[in-house]
Amino acid sequence: MSVSTEQTTLAERLTRKSRRFRPTALLRYCSYISGAAAVAALVGIVLFVCIKGLPHVSVQLLFGKNTADNPSIAGAIVQTFKIVIVSLAIAVPVGVGCAVYLVEYTGRGNKLVKVIKTATETLAGVPSIVFGLFGMLFFVDFLGLGRGLWAGAFTITLMILPTIVTSVEESLRAVSDTYREGSFGLGATRLRTVFKVVLPSAMSGILGGVILGMGRIVSESAPLLFTAGTNGGMPTLTGSGATLAVAMYTAASTGNIEVAYAVGVVLIVLVVGLNLLATYVTGVFQKKQLGRR
Amino acid sequence: MTNTNEQKTALAATERGAAPDKTARRQRIFDIVSKIGFLVCAVFSVFAILAIILFLLASSIPGMAEVGFFKFLFGTTWKPTSSKLPIDERFGILPMIAGTLYVTALSVLIGGVTGVLAAIFIARFCPKKVKPVIRQAMNLLAGLPSVIYGFFGLVVLVPFVRDTAIKWGMDSAKVQGYGVLVSALVLSVMILPTVITLSVNALESQPHSYYEGALALGATKDQAVIKVLVPASKSGILAGMVLGVGRAMGETMAVVLVCGNSAVMPGSLVTGMETMTALIALEMGYAGELHRTMLIATGFVLLIFVLLLTLSLNLLRRKKK
Repeated sequence: MSVSTEQTTLAERLTRKSRRFRPTALLRYCSYISGAAAVAALVGIVLFVCIKGLPHVSVQLLFGKNTADNPSIAGAIVQTFKIVIVSLAIAVPVGVGCAVYLVEYTGRGNKLVKVIKTATETLAGVPSIVFGLFGMLFFVDFLGLGRGLWAGAFTITLMILPTIVTSVEESLRAVSDTYREGSFGLGATRLRTVFKVVLPSAMSGILGGVILGMGRIVSESAPLLFTAGTNGGMPTLTGSGATLAVAMYTAASTGNIEVAYAVGVVLIVLVVGLNLLATYVTGVFQKKQLGRR
Repeated sequence: MTNTNEQKTALAATERGAAPDKTARRQRIFDIVSKIGFLVCAVFSVFAILAIILFLLASSIPGMAEVGFFKFLFGTTWKPTSSKLPIDERFGILPMIAGTLYVTALSVLIGGVTGVLAAIFIARFCPKKVKPVIRQAMNLLAGLPSVIYGFFGLVVLVPFVRDTAIKWGMDSAKVQGYGVLVSALVLSVMILPTVITLSVNALESQPHSYYEGALALGATKDQAVIKVLVPASKSGILAGMVLGVGRAMGETMAVVLVCGNSAVMPGSLVTGMETMTALIALEMGYAGELHRTMLIATGFVLLIFVLLLTLSLNLLRRKKK
């Protein structure tokens, strides 16, 4: 009797032991660690730059005049905002127009739609430095715009176009077909349906996408190196000048580590702010719509 | 002025009253015009990508012809300003191609494995309340400027790697800290959001019955996830990896700060090398005539690499269907 119980416990123990050492469980722990590592990388980088950089942020640096002794990024802030405004002013209408055409005016199996989608995807994958080269060849040299606001903003426009098209397309597809059918049933034309029914219902997603695009413009530097220029100081109205990200790169690569830290803090604050704003806007609009329904 | 306006409104009123088919026709014309407007917006990106390819190709052909295509692609010395070497031996970008491939492979190895495991965690094992927080964090990770990653690598990872390598007995005169290892580490963090987002989407889009069926057959929860869900969503995971490769390959401003920028074949993990992107970003500012053309040609080679990746991604998707 006692022997048999001992045997079963031994057998049980063996099976239990083999169960305990399943490689899948090990993989699960690895997945915990990886998830933690991904978040830790973000938190680590953001906190490190902010803690080390905050002491270097000063009023003089942010808004002062740029001289050799007193580096200031006021010009870079102005240039960043100018490029954001110009490129969004082009990319948003074109991107929304493209998405409207893809979703509202064509069927799924359309050949042209496939071509446009492939082009958009390819454009999204083109390295940023290649955009910079193209901008230099086309806008700066071929069109003779010279380095400055226009060439930089146009180059960036091409770059964020896929982002905007994709996000607008997604939010248009999320609009229920009953809305469209209701609008048609009331006698509205397709155009009227698009502007009065579909676009307003998709507004949250569109705005969220636009804000994220804004963040992308702020953080981009490689396409602007040869199109918008790298010089510090206050740019003229449409003149050349470094944006914040470009200014951070020049500071870091020329050994101005303190300035780079400070610009890093400003950039992080901007990007984190825009990201939170995008989430907030999407959430608020969605709530409103749920309420309306 | 007011007179004409009144006339117009009067005209419109009579039109509306007398001939409703005219307004309908006008509306139809308006609809067609707007449709054409939307179409123009839609083909914009088609023209953009074609223009990019054509302009880069056209601008790099003269240079490639002068240096020779194979000497350019497979030459191992890049000394654009040297006056001793003949022209066709100054512009070899093989070291940079090797550097790009080396760094990309290592970063996808690190970032890909971490990313997929993290995606499994987010999609299946993560508490419900933590999930939106992690998603937000991943969006943020994707949105941070690449120059910040590079800067972090420059001020933290490079000195750390240098000191560690010296501590482990490597020759302190040779070890720079800059190089493949730090570049790959920085890039692996940068591609995490891409890999994670696509993998999570793939894992979450699997039918619930897969998971439940596996549980019903006696699998533990871990086994159900790892042996059933992960293989089922492998095409989505692979797509995330391919996009990650593309992102790592094309990344510029992070790599240029940490790769060491010496145009030699990448040797050890901790000595300076250069990728194609870093080469272009660094030298375009002061390049002379032929040098500039060769840098554009390097950009074209990079573009071809990325286009091939996109193509393979499309094939992957088509196969799935």
